[in-house]
Amino acid sequence: MRHVDEYRDQALIEPLIAELHRSVQKPVRLMEVCGTHTMAIFRSGIRSILPAGMEIVSGPGCPVCVTSAAHMDAFIDLADRDAVRLAIFGDLFRVPGSRGSLAHASSRGAKIDVVYSSMDALDIARNHPDDLVVFLGVGFETTTPGIAATILAAHRQRIDNFCVFSTHKVIPGPLDVLMQDPELRINGLLCPGHVSAIIGAGAYQPFVDRYRLACVVAGFEPADLLNGLIRLARQIAQDRPAVDNIYTRVVSWEGNRRARELVDTVFEPADMEWRGLGPIPGSGLKIKQAYHHYDAEQRLEIVIPDVPEAKGCICGQILKGQTTPPRCPLFGKRCTPAHPIGPCMVSSEGTCAAFFKYGADT
Amino acid sequence: MRVEQVEGSPDDFTSEQLATVNMDGISRKVRLDVVDRWPEVGDYVIVHAGFAIHSLVEEEAKRNIELIRELASHMPEELLRSDNGS
Repeated sequence: MRHVDEYRDQALIEPLIAELHRSVQKPVRLMEVCGTHTMAIFRSGIRSILPAGMEIVSGPGCPVCVTSAAHMDAFIDLADRDAVRLAIFGDLFRVPGSRGSLAHASSRGAKIDVVYSSMDALDIARNHPDDLVVFLGVGFETTTPGIAATILAAHRQRIDNFCVFSTHKVIPGPLDVLMQDPELRINGLLCPGHVSAIIGAGAYQPFVDRYRLACVVAGFEPADLLNGLIRLARQIAQDRPAVDNIYTRVVSWEGNRRARELVDTVFEPADMEWRGLGPIPGSGLKIKQAYHHYDAEQRLEIVIPDVPEAKGCICGQILKGQTTPPRCPLFGKRCTPAHPIGPCMVSSEGTCAAFFKYGADT
Repeated sequence: MRVEQVEGSPDDFTSEQLATVNMDGISRKVRLDVVDRWPEVGDYVIVHAGFAIHSLVEEEAKRNIELIRELASHMPEELLRSDNGS
């Protein structure tokens, strides 16, 4: 079965587009929270057929984009240490800090392995017993359970030369901060699909109660996205905000309890710095004292430097949905995917990269 | 991704918890440490960074598309007409 083909069927898509146009009865401003949604909306061409009166802005849902320049500098400092070998997800490799990137560190001899899964870092640790393998933990609720499982596996297998530098973040905190901004004027959230698989659709009910925000959890295929936008427009037109989960093949109301238990075993809430948003209390995860042996920050006494963001870069405003990439003076000129200045241009899920790739001009 | 083989058991964390999955003819191993429901051969899994985070049976997947079709079919006749005759 190639089930996805059904969600791309033109015979299904065309009536959905017509229905979307009918559903928008007053101006609506929506935020898609997830970087994968950002790319999916561009890739499917939906941005170009949006009805007049419907605006979609991107939120802070790309984990690489919200990794602060200070954390990037700390990662690079770590890469330059002797007897340290980094294991990273590939999208982190070219993200700029204040003085270069991990790619630059690699070119001057730092030991950096790009891995598909955090479990691969354990194999690297076994194969390099003289190095301390540090996995750079960057990601949201979808990624963290796997990292927790990896730390528990290292503990069980007594792999001592492995630890994690956790800059993991949770999504509800920054959304709460953004929704308190009166200038943002968001009517509805297209809630992230795979983060919701873990935290459950019920996690968005507080946004309905607090801000009367329409919330729809949707998948990533064209029919999913159109269905999500239709339901958001209907909720707003009828002034009946609610949590609507239309990704039931993946997301339940309660989420993945097993995954959350694993995270709660290994991690605890911590204050966290978000690129563009600043520090947000309780929006991050640090490793619990019981597993301090696997906490790179403690083990290597890492100090996070005080670092300004790149001059002229407005990724912060883009991550808050305050503006769009073409309004940045660097966009497409000094800042391109080949030579990125800001993280939104580096990441494959970044808003600037999406605008650049698909040639959007608004 | 469709599950072709399952190794380990949901209750034994000391053994490797792995599934061999297939997508478009390519097989690969994914971890089952965090999956919400232990899958059986023939089920489908959603995978993130090498870990299955959700498993579902084919019927669940089909139910979603039925709901969307229902949404599309509830529209006036003139809106359902299109260039390709659908």
